[in-house]
Amino acid sequence: MYRYDEFDHAFVSARVEQFKDQVERRLAGELTEEQFRPLRLMNGVYLQLHAYMLRVAVPYGTLSSRQMHKLAHIARRYDRGYGHFTTRQNIQYNWPALKDIPAVLDELASVEMHALQTSGNCIRNVTADHFAGAAADEVGDPRPYAEILRQWSSMHPEFSYLPRKFKIAVTGADRDRAAIQVHDIGLHLKKNEAGELGFAVYVGGGQGRTPMVAKKIRDFLPVEDLLTYTTAIVRVYNLNGRRDNKYKARIKILVHETGTEEITRQIEAEWQAIKETDLKLPQQDVDAIDTYFAPPNLVQRPEGWSGLAAARKADHAFSAWVDQNVTPHKNPDYGVVTISLKPIGGIPGDATDAQMDLVADIAEKFSYDEIRVSHEQNLVLPHVAIADLRIVYDLLLTDGLATANAGLITDIISCPGLDYCALATARSIPVAQRISERFGDPERQADIGELKLKISGCINACGHHHVGHIGILGVEKKGEELYQISLGGSGDEICTIGDITGRGFSSEEIVDAIETIVDRYLEIRTDKEETFLATYRRVGAAPFKDALYSEVANAA
Amino acid sequence: MSVKVLTANRLTDGEVVWLGANGEWLEHIDGALIARHAEAVNALEEAGKSAIKSNLVIDVNVIDVEERGTDLYPVRLRERIRQLGPTIRLDLGKQAEKPKAA
Repeated sequence: MYRYDEFDHAFVSARVEQFKDQVERRLAGELTEEQFRPLRLMNGVYLQLHAYMLRVAVPYGTLSSRQMHKLAHIARRYDRGYGHFTTRQNIQYNWPALKDIPAVLDELASVEMHALQTSGNCIRNVTADHFAGAAADEVGDPRPYAEILRQWSSMHPEFSYLPRKFKIAVTGADRDRAAIQVHDIGLHLKKNEAGELGFAVYVGGGQGRTPMVAKKIRDFLPVEDLLTYTTAIVRVYNLNGRRDNKYKARIKILVHETGTEEITRQIEAEWQAIKETDLKLPQQDVDAIDTYFAPPNLVQRPEGWSGLAAARKADHAFSAWVDQNVTPHKNPDYGVVTISLKPIGGIPGDATDAQMDLVADIAEKFSYDEIRVSHEQNLVLPHVAIADLRIVYDLLLTDGLATANAGLITDIISCPGLDYCALATARSIPVAQRISERFGDPERQADIGELKLKISGCINACGHHHVGHIGILGVEKKGEELYQISLGGSGDEICTIGDITGRGFSSEEIVDAIETIVDRYLEIRTDKEETFLATYRRVGAAPFKDALYSEVANAA
Repeated sequence: MSVKVLTANRLTDGEVVWLGANGEWLEHIDGALIARHAEAVNALEEAGKSAIKSNLVIDVNVIDVEERGTDLYPVRLRERIRQLGPTIRLDLGKQAEKPKAA
């Protein structure tokens, strides 16, 4: 894992001291809210419906046990005993008092964490594949590059007041688990024919009120050009992005309005001017960061497989969990374990302080001290020996963390919605809970197979509904919550924005409507191997719309 | 009939508060100062501006409420959730407090 150097420590400590002073001046009335608001936002402090909210960055989703214990401690001491893991691989605390936040930031700094750039019109926390450094299909670990981008973008003087927020995601495998094509910049780490590492560069993706799939503007960018090229992109955006209209201020609108060809020309021209400057990455710098992310020295554990077969035979629930929540590791003696934060009927992404401590303890003993946060609001133990799966499962079971539903219909992404969020127009968590309960039967969801259901409580789309195989958007209409459904979205390497089915559904109707869609899928799929998304791509929206809206269906 | 009250979040901890008839910021909507006509609404808005200046509260808003018997019932769901707490965690927010003694 990356460790702070002296500069990092000094930088983060200085920011904590600065914010401590700003909070004191605010509480003493020396700063008005108008003056203070941009300062608190730069430090991750929002105001929600019931209280302040602190959003803590988990850079590229990687945590050590020590850091996770600290997050648990903060939840216990300064909050209400839980935290919420978000679709940006961050954690949010929903109840901190403003006066306590400097102390929280001090605590975070002691474990090399912070809340910088988790808000505001700057380059936000850089996200990455949550299986980075472990997945069997990985070409290269994306995290060293995410870390380089983090260092470069932290308090970047030119890019601290962009037209709007700016999100970068990096993936290191052909299978895109980081949804890079719905980010402002998406980077796909790959190898060229000579075996050298570089990036396919995507620009102008995003969700929100105007969802767009990013455009690929470069098929292979050598690693040494990462910062010069990224600078060129952000510079073109900073100069030309729409500052006149908040809703048109993201780079996706600039790319769309300018045209891919022209924007690429502008970026390339800017790049030519800065390509050979100090920002060109020397290989020794890349190597130095790389060493922090060197894979742990995994002990050979070949005994795992025979024991696993017997354990699976003896316990059907354990076997189902292995099938669903354990994915292949680079080392065949190991597996990557997804810890579902989606218990049936539970709140997606929430974890109690005790659960965080438990995960930290398990990671320390059984996952080489590493934990990941996924944008799908789950946690990941990246390096678990197959031989240890049973004991890890048993430990997770003790606190409700062994739900075998990764990738299934109850593994729902949901934003906090109107239960917490000041921007929300409808609740999303209660809908997620009711859908989870409706489809909670293990056999039923296993039969349905892979189905990514995502819910947002407003048009800002924090719940990624546009790229849900089934997406739900909650809005307020005539004082009531109304839920719009979209189908066929996908945030992976074949990225698509879902199609809206038609009129929305009331809170009472929405779960039945989802069931109608799922039942129709089960009727028309060619066989069990054809996933919901594959079926949708084959048949289109019509059969589902018929099921949802036809008079016959309504009369039945 | 809908009438109006003034709500905000307390500066120090973000607690949801309403302006009381006694001029204090109250942690419960009972006892909130009710505006029944335009001039009273103006007075609420002025009180809000002044409270912002005194750095007691932030995010001050005039909201619609209905008088239901002796209770005040915010018209918008958003305000009802602010009044009580998250609908998915009844153990949190104001709804989790012990009922007042009769």
